Amino acid sequence: MTPIVSADVAVVGAGPAGLAAAVAAAESGAAVVLVDAGAQPGGQFWRHRPETVVPEQEGKGHHGGRTYLDLRARFDAARGRGRITYLPGLQVWMAQQLHPVQGDDAGFTLRTTPTAAVAALEASVGTQTVVARRLVLCPGGYDRQLPVPGWDLPGVMAAGGIQAFIKANGILPGKRFVIAGTGPFLLPVAANIAEAGGKVLAVLESSSPTAWLPHLRAAAGVPEKALEGAEYAAVFARHRIPYRTRSIVTEVLGTDHVSGVRTARVDADGRVRPGTERAYEDVDVVGFGWGFTPQMELPLSFGVQTRLDADGSLVGVVDERQQSSVPGLFLAGEVTGVGGATLAVLEGLAAGTAAAGGTVLPEKTAARHRRFAEAMHRAHPVPPAWQDWLVPETIVCRCEEVTARQLTDARESLGARDTRTLKSFTRAGMGWCQGRVCGFAAACIGAGSGVAPTAESLSGSAKRPLAAPVGIGELAALETTDN
Amino acid sequence: MSTHSSGETWSVNTPGAVNVSFDGRPLVAVPGQNIGAALVSNGITAWRSTRKNARPRGLFCGIGVCFDCLVTVDGEANQRACLVEVQEGMEIEGSCPDQGGRA
Amino acid sequence: MNSASDVLVIGAGVIGAATAYFAAQQGLTVTVLDKGLPASGTSSACEGNILVSDKELGPELELTRYSLGVWHGDLAEHKRLWEFESKGGIIVASRESSLASLNRVMAAQARYGVVVEKLDPDTLRNAEPNITPDALGGASYPEDCQVQPMLVAAHLVRLATDAGARFVADTPVTGFLRSGDRITGVRTPRGDFSAGAVVNCAGTWAGELAALAGVNVPVLPRRGFVMVTEPLPPMVHHKVYAAEYIDNVGSSDAGLQASPVVEGTPSGTILIGSTRERVGFDRTVSTNALRLLAENAVALFPFLEHVKAIRHYHGFRPYCPDHLPVIGHDERAPGLWHAAGHEGAGIGLSAGTGKLLAQALSGQAPDLDLSPFAPARFGERKENSTTHREEATA
Repeated sequence: MTPIVSADVAVVGAGPAGLAAAVAAAESGAAVVLVDAGAQPGGQFWRHRPETVVPEQEGKGHHGGRTYLDLRARFDAARGRGRITYLPGLQVWMAQQLHPVQGDDAGFTLRTTPTAAVAALEASVGTQTVVARRLVLCPGGYDRQLPVPGWDLPGVMAAGGIQAFIKANGILPGKRFVIAGTGPFLLPVAANIAEAGGKVLAVLESSSPTAWLPHLRAAAGVPEKALEGAEYAAVFARHRIPYRTRSIVTEVLGTDHVSGVRTARVDADGRVRPGTERAYEDVDVVGFGWGFTPQMELPLSFGVQTRLDADGSLVGVVDERQQSSVPGLFLAGEVTGVGGATLAVLEGLAAGTAAAGGTVLPEKTAARHRRFAEAMHRAHPVPPAWQDWLVPETIVCRCEEVTARQLTDARESLGARDTRTLKSFTRAGMGWCQGRVCGFAAACIGAGSGVAPTAESLSGSAKRPLAAPVGIGELAALETTDN
Repeated sequence: MSTHSSGETWSVNTPGAVNVSFDGRPLVAVPGQNIGAALVSNGITAWRSTRKNARPRGLFCGIGVCFDCLVTVDGEANQRACLVEVQEGMEIEGSCPDQGGRA
Repeated sequence: MNSASDVLVIGAGVIGAATAYFAAQQGLTVTVLDKGLPASGTSSACEGNILVSDKELGPELELTRYSLGVWHGDLAEHKRLWEFESKGGIIVASRESSLASLNRVMAAQARYGVVVEKLDPDTLRNAEPNITPDALGGASYPEDCQVQPMLVAAHLVRLATDAGARFVADTPVTGFLRSGDRITGVRTPRGDFSAGAVVNCAGTWAGELAALAGVNVPVLPRRGFVMVTEPLPPMVHHKVYAAEYIDNVGSSDAGLQASPVVEGTPSGTILIGSTRERVGFDRTVSTNALRLLAENAVALFPFLEHVKAIRHYHGFRPYCPDHLPVIGHDERAPGLWHAAGHEGAGIGLSAGTGKLLAQALSGQAPDLDLSPFAPARFGERKENSTTHREEATA
């Protein structure tokens, strides 16, 4: 039978939000369990070389690195005091609410499975079941993708994947890079590549710098972001990285690996402007990022109230204490709206404090960061006409190799207008990744060109009854419960 | 031997090489690297082919979300290369059992 | 007021789609309404079975064999659209007692004309090399086959509209139109639809709909979980299930039951079914159900212990207390017809149900006697109604 760990507060995710939540809950007196898929704390944002190999953690090269070191010290201290039980290398495959006994005195169960089922790595922690009175979900997000011809070639990576590769391994995944998509995140990715010795041939941003102007007031409210921007500008100048706005990759070239890209300038809606096409040759890595997709499967499994955020993502609705519509269930970080690490930390601190029963004071800094994030989202929209870039043979669902033509046929002839029916009729989203990568694009295609997908359609692709693959042998060993 | 860039985000201090094999061929990896990085830095950028169209695949999302980078590790099929740290003696196989060909 | 049609089909699941398709083939004008999109209910949450092997001897088996003929006959030209696969079924017995009952069932089925072949342990292992070493023998049913049920429903609706039928999505029925006792149409948020015949193909919601018309059709939901594995090379070649499955299908026990049904699919995944429990429309995921599925599947195919599940789904099988579907005209509410309550056999029975109903709707004598499925068997009007009124949230 699976060992059971009990706590006052369970936190899922050890990125900026989760680490902050765990620390705040522990410092408010709660017994905390922190479950994380990663092998060490930090999440994607504060990903770093394995501490077993590089023990000194300098915080260098991370924005907010000092925040990490501070949280990490408090985390280590709370662990030392026995207030935090840390369970790394485990993915939650199912989260359930226990039957409420009285009023809000419900509780939660987390079922976990090893992130990697490799014998050599299983020495530390085996599968655990976590039971807690309060639950804080901080699962973060990942790069949002739009398919484009050739994007399934090896050498094409998520922009965040390139950054994670550099942070985790200290090396580059190639030599000559093109980074494309939209949003401020493209800047640090290109800067990290250049600082690590890679050649960035171009950063292609689909929106326009003038898109910032209407939102200047919000941006001015967060001076540290302006400072960050200035640092990137310096890196770009030092490494002579061309930053091309209103530009996209129209096709990734290559037979069995990326060899180059075709690009073009686009209008405000993302329509290619004829005569602006050009090609980059001798490219070995292309990084794409179109903003972020919050990992919503765990919040959705509780049926939390959701909304569409300014970037078109499905996110959970929370109150000022970060509590979701489900009593006792708190959300922090990207699942409440993509807003970056600083905001995630503030939300995590509030969620952890509230989950532990502490008092959460109104936070002006968080409000400023939310306004800034919203301004950035509005300045960097997914181009409404992006579906025009597809050719019928373009793979949309990478796992099941479903093409754009199959999806539009299902929409046109079988009436599939949402991710659920598209999945039923074409298998898009039914493969290994369960629609994590193609979900947004499929929702757009179901809605039709130029129409933003509905919350319901996005929810259809983000509901995943198994939040992670789990061994059938592990399921067979589950204990009998009364639910 | 894997190559390193200088001036990267976190200081590199690699005491000794890790010996692994990929499809029976010996590779040298750096301690702490994940399998994906070990393969890429040895010039291997694709290690499985897709079920339907037999297309090559390697790293994509880099953070365990997309499952494109699946490898078999010490006989355990379908492990994500981007998440598993190399260990001395690890036997890595590219083409997962469900795959027809090999990139 | 929308234009009147000969036949108004409520529900674009596989039963409604087949009814609309065959009615349109008969030259009737047809309108299909669905509260959502095609195949949004049970048709999208099942395994797509067309099974002969699990049927009780009697009217359901007759309907099954008739339906099989329709799949292979009238619908043969469209097979590729819905991934029709003649994979064959195998029942496996791992205990002496279940082997004995399997042998009795086989003999009875053979007398009824079912094609069934006895498998000794060696021939069983030839057919399914990865089967448990505990297997003592089995039975092979080459007539068992499978389709992709969502594609069946969606394409039949499309083919019906190609033949002149009209499909209206996102249109729930809120009431019935009457002329005296006679049902003459339905009321919806998109206006009224009148028709010569209104056919209730509302699946698990058929009882609720019948109640709106003032008649008792006790269609109840039975929950079934199905688990899906990671893609693998071909390891399971047929639809393989344990001899105990047959007992479960006809059971009215409300508690959780599961017996292993394991099958490979063209996409490489393996489907592991299926639990059966009567819990209303409860969508809560049950760890007990998952555990039972996993345990039983591993007992049948031990290699599955080291395979991962990547998703699971559940659906609500619409069933009647006597485990027979309701098909035909409801003389208690003239003008109202039903085709519902096919339980776990709705996909397989849909083709035959649709064709027979279309014959009756156009005034012909159906190829098969529909009287065992008559709605009036549930008594007069609404007394004794056990219709479920739970929130329908599919």
